[in-house]
Amino acid sequence: FYLTPPQVNSILKANEYSFKVPEFDGKNVSSVLGFDSNQLPANAPIEDRRSAATCLQTRGMLLGVFDGHAGCACAQAVSERLFYYIAVSLLPHETLLEIENAVESGRALLPILQWHKHPNDYFSKEASKLYFNSLRTYWQELIDLNSGETTDVREALINAFKRLDNDISLEAQVGDPNSFLNYLVLRVAFSGSTACVAHVDGVDLHVANTGDSRAMLGVQEEDGSWSAVTLSYDHNAQNEHEVERVKMEHPKSEEKSLVKQDRLLGLLMPFRAFGDVKFKWSIELQKRVVESGPDQLNDNEYTKFIPPNYYTPPYLTAEPEVIHHRLRPQDKFLVLATDGLWETMHRQDVARIVGEYLTGVHHQQPIAVGGYKVTLGQMHGLLTERRARISSVFEDQNAATHLIRHAVGNNEFGTVDHERLSKMLSLPEELARMYRDDITIIVVQFNSHVIGAYQNEE
Amino acid sequence: AAGMFLRLLSDIQWRAAHPKWRRMTGSQRSTSTTAEPHPLSLPAQAQVVICGGGIVGTSVAYHLSKMGFKDIVLLEQGRLAAGTTRFCAGIVSTARPMSIELKMAHYSNKLYQQLEQETGVQTGYMKTGSISLAQTQDRLISLKRIASSLNVMGIPCEIISPKKVSQLHPLINIHDLVGAMYVPEDALVSSANVSLALATAASRNGVQIHERTSVSHVTIQKGRVTGVETDRGRIQCEYFVNCAGQWAYELGHSGEEPVHIPVHACEHFYLLTHPLQEPLSSSLPTIVDPDGRIYIRNWQGGILSGGFEKNPKPLFTEGRNQLEIQNLQEDWDHFGPLLSALLRRMPGLEALQIKQLVNCPESFTPDMRCIMGESPTARGYFVLAGMNSAGISYGGGAGKYLAEWIVNGYPSENVWPLDLKRFGTLQSSRTFLRHRVMEVMPLMYDLKVPRWDFQTGRQLRTSPLYDRLDAQGARWMEKHGFERVKYFVPPGSDLLDLDHSKTFYKPDWFDIVGAEVKCCKEAVCVIDMSSFTKFEISSTGDQALENLQYLFSNDLDVPVGHVVHTGMLNEQGGYENDCSIARLSKRSFFMISPTDQQVHCWAWLKNHLPDDSNLVLEDVTWKYTALNLIGPRAVDVLSELSYAPMTAEHFPSLFCKEMSVGYANGIRVMSITHTGEPGFVLYIPIEYALHVYNEVMNMGQKYGIRNAGYYALRSLRIEKFFAFWGQDLDAFTTPMECGREFQVKLDKGMEFLGQEVLLEQKQNGVYKRFTMFILEDHDTDMDLWPWWGEPIFRNGRYVGKTTSSAYSYTLERHVCLGFVHHFDEQTGEELVVTTDFINQGEYEIDIAGQRFQAKAKLYPFSSLFAQRRRKDDMELSGYQRE
Repeated sequence: FYLTPPQVNSILKANEYSFKVPEFDGKNVSSVLGFDSNQLPANAPIEDRRSAATCLQTRGMLLGVFDGHAGCACAQAVSERLFYYIAVSLLPHETLLEIENAVESGRALLPILQWHKHPNDYFSKEASKLYFNSLRTYWQELIDLNSGETTDVREALINAFKRLDNDISLEAQVGDPNSFLNYLVLRVAFSGSTACVAHVDGVDLHVANTGDSRAMLGVQEEDGSWSAVTLSYDHNAQNEHEVERVKMEHPKSEEKSLVKQDRLLGLLMPFRAFGDVKFKWSIELQKRVVESGPDQLNDNEYTKFIPPNYYTPPYLTAEPEVIHHRLRPQDKFLVLATDGLWETMHRQDVARIVGEYLTGVHHQQPIAVGGYKVTLGQMHGLLTERRARISSVFEDQNAATHLIRHAVGNNEFGTVDHERLSKMLSLPEELARMYRDDITIIVVQFNSHVIGAYQNEE
Repeated sequence: AAGMFLRLLSDIQWRAAHPKWRRMTGSQRSTSTTAEPHPLSLPAQAQVVICGGGIVGTSVAYHLSKMGFKDIVLLEQGRLAAGTTRFCAGIVSTARPMSIELKMAHYSNKLYQQLEQETGVQTGYMKTGSISLAQTQDRLISLKRIASSLNVMGIPCEIISPKKVSQLHPLINIHDLVGAMYVPEDALVSSANVSLALATAASRNGVQIHERTSVSHVTIQKGRVTGVETDRGRIQCEYFVNCAGQWAYELGHSGEEPVHIPVHACEHFYLLTHPLQEPLSSSLPTIVDPDGRIYIRNWQGGILSGGFEKNPKPLFTEGRNQLEIQNLQEDWDHFGPLLSALLRRMPGLEALQIKQLVNCPESFTPDMRCIMGESPTARGYFVLAGMNSAGISYGGGAGKYLAEWIVNGYPSENVWPLDLKRFGTLQSSRTFLRHRVMEVMPLMYDLKVPRWDFQTGRQLRTSPLYDRLDAQGARWMEKHGFERVKYFVPPGSDLLDLDHSKTFYKPDWFDIVGAEVKCCKEAVCVIDMSSFTKFEISSTGDQALENLQYLFSNDLDVPVGHVVHTGMLNEQGGYENDCSIARLSKRSFFMISPTDQQVHCWAWLKNHLPDDSNLVLEDVTWKYTALNLIGPRAVDVLSELSYAPMTAEHFPSLFCKEMSVGYANGIRVMSITHTGEPGFVLYIPIEYALHVYNEVMNMGQKYGIRNAGYYALRSLRIEKFFAFWGQDLDAFTTPMECGREFQVKLDKGMEFLGQEVLLEQKQNGVYKRFTMFILEDHDTDMDLWPWWGEPIFRNGRYVGKTTSSAYSYTLERHVCLGFVHHFDEQTGEELVVTTDFINQGEYEIDIAGQRFQAKAKLYPFSSLFAQRRRKDDMELSGYQRE
């Protein structure tokens, strides 16, 4: 049983999305040309989420991937809410006042974000009021705190991450009279999500990362070859600094039990995450909330289970590490992807495959007859074969799709093997997760001309 | 790669030819002042300087020197015949759809045939014939149309069966063929050697040839060429001829005053093989397989095969670029589809060994036709370039016409389709050219059906109403960069997509245009005619009137507010332009001409009007939106909108008045419609365009107003026997020959251009006569439709060609317009065409080889005017006066 190439394509392309920044928008010609994104589920339903939006009241564009665990509720909530928190954190005092006044007097609100969403990327209607109230409380506090200083992007990102995680935690503790919402906020808090978010404004690229998704810059060297620059640190057991940090934050007595089998408390792969209140709340709080919560929660073994060696919570934080990078003309693209991609592909290969895809170079050496004896028939055969080989490149109009095709279908020679691709994609639901993880990818393409112009201005 | 091929293909020939040519020039001119590459200094002055030593430049030099010009210098930046000329495939093919191109190719063929004898230089001329294959019925129709025009030109040509193809060429797989066209006299040449032979002959006639000399720019003073700056000094000259091929654009832009020559290069690939085991005969016909996009000729016992791929690679968009020149490599992946087509056509070649894939840039133009003529802005600056990969086929003939143009002031044939002045600055954008040539190159072999249109480089010039009309279902065509409506697709009705609507038969818009025509006849329609060229000429005194009286054949000394239809004639009495002129005041005139006259007419007037600051010529094309209200109810719509009586007593035909329409004042209203139907054209300052259009449409509702397009206009004007300049009329047609004597006032009391010839024609008669043909036994649903260029037969003998055609919804017949000649049955000499000669013949029109009976008429059907509203309808009465 094999999937035909068109069937494979329809699976690979089901979630693809592309956005091109309008070229002549007159105001500020963007350093971002556009982005391609896509995701391929392994879990059913998929636990990854993605978001992209343009900030309307400040400059810049936000893009992020979110890898959920223990369900998709947390990743979903973060994908809906985090960018609003970031955008609000970046807003100047006057704009915050204006927005608050508008809400106060029931006037139409200034739009804060323009979302770039695939039709499958949904927002929760039921929770919007609740989410909005939390956000409003946040900006009201920002107004009260008015420091008068201009907002630093790094700080804004850190504050937004922490604040949203805090709100998720609070909402679950307070609960909601509406039983559906009450269950929802609890599910959000008890599940978890990593987040890897990029903010691009002119030549300033900030990447805020919490967890084990990754951001990688594709750089074209002078000789035309491609190299990768990682713009985030994975927060997991492979990261010594991260293990060090966790150990520093807890008494020496716990040193042995903190990280077991490369997992936090022997349970959790990412060392930083949103939600996951089981790793953040005290045992008493957890018990109280679970017991007073709805039956579904009470019956759930996972939520009732308290991690072993749980002495000095919190063990987990949503605070991101932020890396700032000034874009250079040779920085051609940024890949944000969940660990599903990085498990299967080396970043160097990712840089090369995307780079060649975007520049339309198919790394096939041109044929030269030279002094060899070649007949028309031989040449014809050779050309036909080459066409077939590169046709997969032309099948994809989306760099993220192209990357997924390679991630899933690459054979030992680094080329897409249709047979393998077909097998991997036709795995039954219950088996798929064993062979591959959810994959979510955003490829942001930069505008070298604009970036070059910025550089020249300085 | 280019260099490699140079050594490979032509070195032997080059060495054989070059010394010979040098020796001969030496013996011709004992002082040996020419041809030595470097030691010789350039002359300080010359009458003509030609830039470019390829087939085109050498052909111009050859013909100029033959016509008696002595003082000619030809400059070549590298070596003679070393550019595109060296690499081209050397096929001389006369199978061209356009009459002027066909004539050029035919002349080239005859010229090359005798060139070796004339010059002693081996040209490799071999009469092999050519076979164009048809894989589809539509392709066969297009070949049959070409065959018809070749035959009436006296060029042998035959439509043959696939079986006959395999007899003529044993290697061809004929299983997918439906037929073919065989032109037995087509030939092969060594193109570089043809060019060297022309140079040799030119040199013998006194042309100085300097190789390795680059022109940096041309100097122009007061609108005239004064000289040429080269890397080896300056030459003063009277005429400069830009034959720089793919560098023509850059050279045109190198001076202070740019001359816009819209050419752009594309890579062109062809394959050379080693000889077959049994080498191919050098007399084997050349194969053109347009459906496979390839041509195949015999070459040194093997084959040479190239083509025009669907995805061409344009280059040198940013000008000459060393990197791009170095990167001109064999691109086998790119050539792949053409190789597949070759092996499909000749499967027996599988085992044939490859010699080389040649990459040779060719230059293309925005409309697939070459560019010749004088710059509209710099007198004495001539151009011949943009051969669209047919430099060898056209080079000879084109060189002849250009030489005639320089020597006599005009070529011996109508070359308007090739005239540089058909383009303006608007076609000079590199982005436009790059996009357009990517469409043009595959078009070389695409099937061209009636009314095909370019798809790239569109929406450049538009009326302010464009979006409004588009939203109402307008379908667009383009003229001189201007978008014009073909027709409006009513909501809910579906037309075929572009590819499927291609047909030589009844088109899918037939009923749509029929409804628009009906509305023009019975109610009122609006056609946006903003594209027409509009000039204003005014003066402080009587200069405007005096000068226009000399330049136009009709009497322009009419009362203010009158509109005059008149020709702008050349000295031979031929139409340089056909226009409507309104006298706005004693001293100012408003002139409406066809869209593509914008550059030509401007240049003509500039060249003929005195340099007088009190006489002002202004191009106001962009200032006005023109709405043509056609139909019996136009009068009602307009009078309601203006609160002014518009009836014939108050607003007679051929009248012009500024009035208010709706809230907008200063609308120039003229009682003409360009169709012979009653109505008005409104010239509206563009800021009022939308307002006036909305008012007209709202008010018109109760009179059944609707939008209409140019197809309806065309049907109306052709059934009324209205000739259009550029289509029916050209510089070789006089008013006397097209029944427009009434637009000529021989007795207007002063001399005017062309008067002598017209007087002579009035006395002695004319040698061709514009005639209207009604197809009799033609089935609109089943038969091929006429287009233009169909041969006309009188009593079984060829007498001329049609110039335009349309279906008349009123007559329910096809109408063709065309010229009838009278060739003496014995000598072929042209005789006077009399009314009796026209009336006393049995006529047939040949559509793709099938002849249809036609009734000839010299006057339009009076029944068509039965509904005429106004008795004193001057626009029409002229025709009935005769």
